[in-house]
Amino acid sequence: MSSLFKENDLWGPLDPSAEAGYGEDRPKRKGFFTDTSICIGCKACEVACKEWNDVPADHFDMLGSSYDNSHSLNANQWRHVAFIEQPSSRGRATVDLGMPDVGPPGSGDGAGAYGAAASEDPDASPMDFRWLMSSDVCKHCTHAGCLDVCPTGALIRTEFGTVVVQDDVCNGCGYCVPACPYGVIERRKEPEGAKNVGIAQKCTLCYDRLDAGKVPACAQACPTQSIQFGDVEELRERANQRVERLHEAGVMDARLYGNDPDDGVGGTGAFFLLLDEPEVYGFPPDPVVPTRDLPHMFRQASRAAVTLAVGAAVVFLGRRR
Amino acid sequence: MSTGGGDTAVGRDGPEGVRSQTTAVPGVPAHGGRRRGRGERTMVPDADFVSYYGRPIVKPAPWEADIPAYLFAGGLAAGSSLLAAGADLTGRPVLRRSARLAALGGLSFSMAALVHDLGKPSRFLNMLRVAKLTSPMSVGTWILSAYGPPAGLAAAAEVVRMLPPEARRGPLRLARYVDRPAGLLAALLAPPVASYTAVLLSDTSTPSWHEAYRELPFVFVGSAAAAASGLGLVTAPLAENGPARRLAVAGAVLELTMEHRMEQSMGITAEPLHQGRPGRLMRAAKVLTAAGAAGALLAGRSRLVAAASGAALLAGSWCTRFGIFEAGQESARDPKYTVVPQRRRLEEEGPVRYSG
Repeated sequence: MSSLFKENDLWGPLDPSAEAGYGEDRPKRKGFFTDTSICIGCKACEVACKEWNDVPADHFDMLGSSYDNSHSLNANQWRHVAFIEQPSSRGRATVDLGMPDVGPPGSGDGAGAYGAAASEDPDASPMDFRWLMSSDVCKHCTHAGCLDVCPTGALIRTEFGTVVVQDDVCNGCGYCVPACPYGVIERRKEPEGAKNVGIAQKCTLCYDRLDAGKVPACAQACPTQSIQFGDVEELRERANQRVERLHEAGVMDARLYGNDPDDGVGGTGAFFLLLDEPEVYGFPPDPVVPTRDLPHMFRQASRAAVTLAVGAAVVFLGRRR
Repeated sequence: MSTGGGDTAVGRDGPEGVRSQTTAVPGVPAHGGRRRGRGERTMVPDADFVSYYGRPIVKPAPWEADIPAYLFAGGLAAGSSLLAAGADLTGRPVLRRSARLAALGGLSFSMAALVHDLGKPSRFLNMLRVAKLTSPMSVGTWILSAYGPPAGLAAAAEVVRMLPPEARRGPLRLARYVDRPAGLLAALLAPPVASYTAVLLSDTSTPSWHEAYRELPFVFVGSAAAAASGLGLVTAPLAENGPARRLAVAGAVLELTMEHRMEQSMGITAEPLHQGRPGRLMRAAKVLTAAGAAGALLAGRSRLVAAASGAALLAGSWCTRFGIFEAGQESARDPKYTVVPQRRRLEEEGPVRYSG
């Protein structure tokens, strides 16, 4: 059964747009590197995304969970900023973000957010918690569960290696929703009268802007370059350097998430630098595209079908009654 | 969104929002041990885990009761086509007739349910614009498209047979040539109709569906056989119900044993099958299916026993489909079932990495 699929069709390293049939003249794969260590939680990305993509603002709930009032990635939220207030009892050293204060000048050494160690100033009161902020987005997986299972061909791989829903093709079967290992894509169910209600919706990596040679709205709006847009290959290198620098500065918690082309989804087009375990941010710790196991599933289903056919034949043998 | 108890529905506001703000602080175990059903046996020791305010990671399918009802009706149709073909070849006319009509009824209900569940029902034909092997729903659409016409023709031929001879005129006279070939073709295509639905559920990131992928096809074909033979026991006279009785016992045994094995192999994701509404459905399914099978053993003598065990088997199959469907939805709503198995795998085997 597995021979029905091409090499690395279902998982493993792959150039997704080449696999989708785009020729040699295709652009390089595009993606995001979201460096959460410099996210300030301003939500400019959320706003820019909504504005540009005309995503309905259908709810605004005071959730009471920190500053996160947009809840989650969903059909009407294509960028979502997570806010985590973490007690320092979690055992991680807190860091001085180098915010302006009223102390004498010259204490900062210009090493950036993580350079000025709080311990240098014995009078400084230790912070008893730290902030983690992270702007989440569709991962544009190399092996995208949503795209694999879409029965209409509404979900497509673009020439940029991204994953996009064709609104005019999707019939709202909803299969992509449970297929996504990150819980990104969702069928729009409200507000009534909004466009594309009943249809699967998610980040397009601003396909229209890419076509025009522009940067996606969220990355354009990000004031700290926490969201960096570019060629995935180059972003991966940049991310590796950034992690090294943070490790050198003593931020040993820094780690990349989604950058490895050998991981369960073949690496993501949008990947992250995190300062804690992925699940703290609402990410699955080690996601695998469900379709990886599809050959095995079809094999089991075929065996079951044969069992049923044989069983149904056998019960008619023998006695007349 | 959910077919389960409204109190656990995941919305972007409402009850879930309240739950998240009061329970989960990132960095500490989020509601480990909460929502544990009383008196349930715990399959796996309780696990501490971290989540983002207790919010779901994966999203539950936006499917409603249409889909588990389709799972039942599709299985019933497939099993009935098999019974009908056997009854046709072995000269059991009443069983043949009722099974063929059941197949058409199950199929028609299935199609209606599937279209109704679409976000854009008017675009249901878009399913046919591609044939896609990586999409079990696409594969299933084509399987149903192949199975539908012969199953429908066989039922139509059956209706023609029921007409008085003088009414079988014109093209209706062709019915007797179509009759058996259509029934046999439908039977040939029926087993995949019964088993692909397991792949449909398993090829998702919904923890309790995906982790069940090894055994679920067997549970579903067993359930299909039990349902179809249940209907056969209800409709066929004692003189014809031998095969239905045997298929009922075989299907019930297959379903119950494979369901048991499935729970053993699912680890912590088997939990939702024991809790709350899905737990009640699964328990009811086991009792009904076992009772139906036991009754089927004795159903050769009493029409009443046959009908009662048939009804129990049908109800058992219905409960199995709804129980498994709803357990999956529950597993998607609780981040525990996404985080804990992945964490455990990370600890035991390290991260999933492609190795050629």
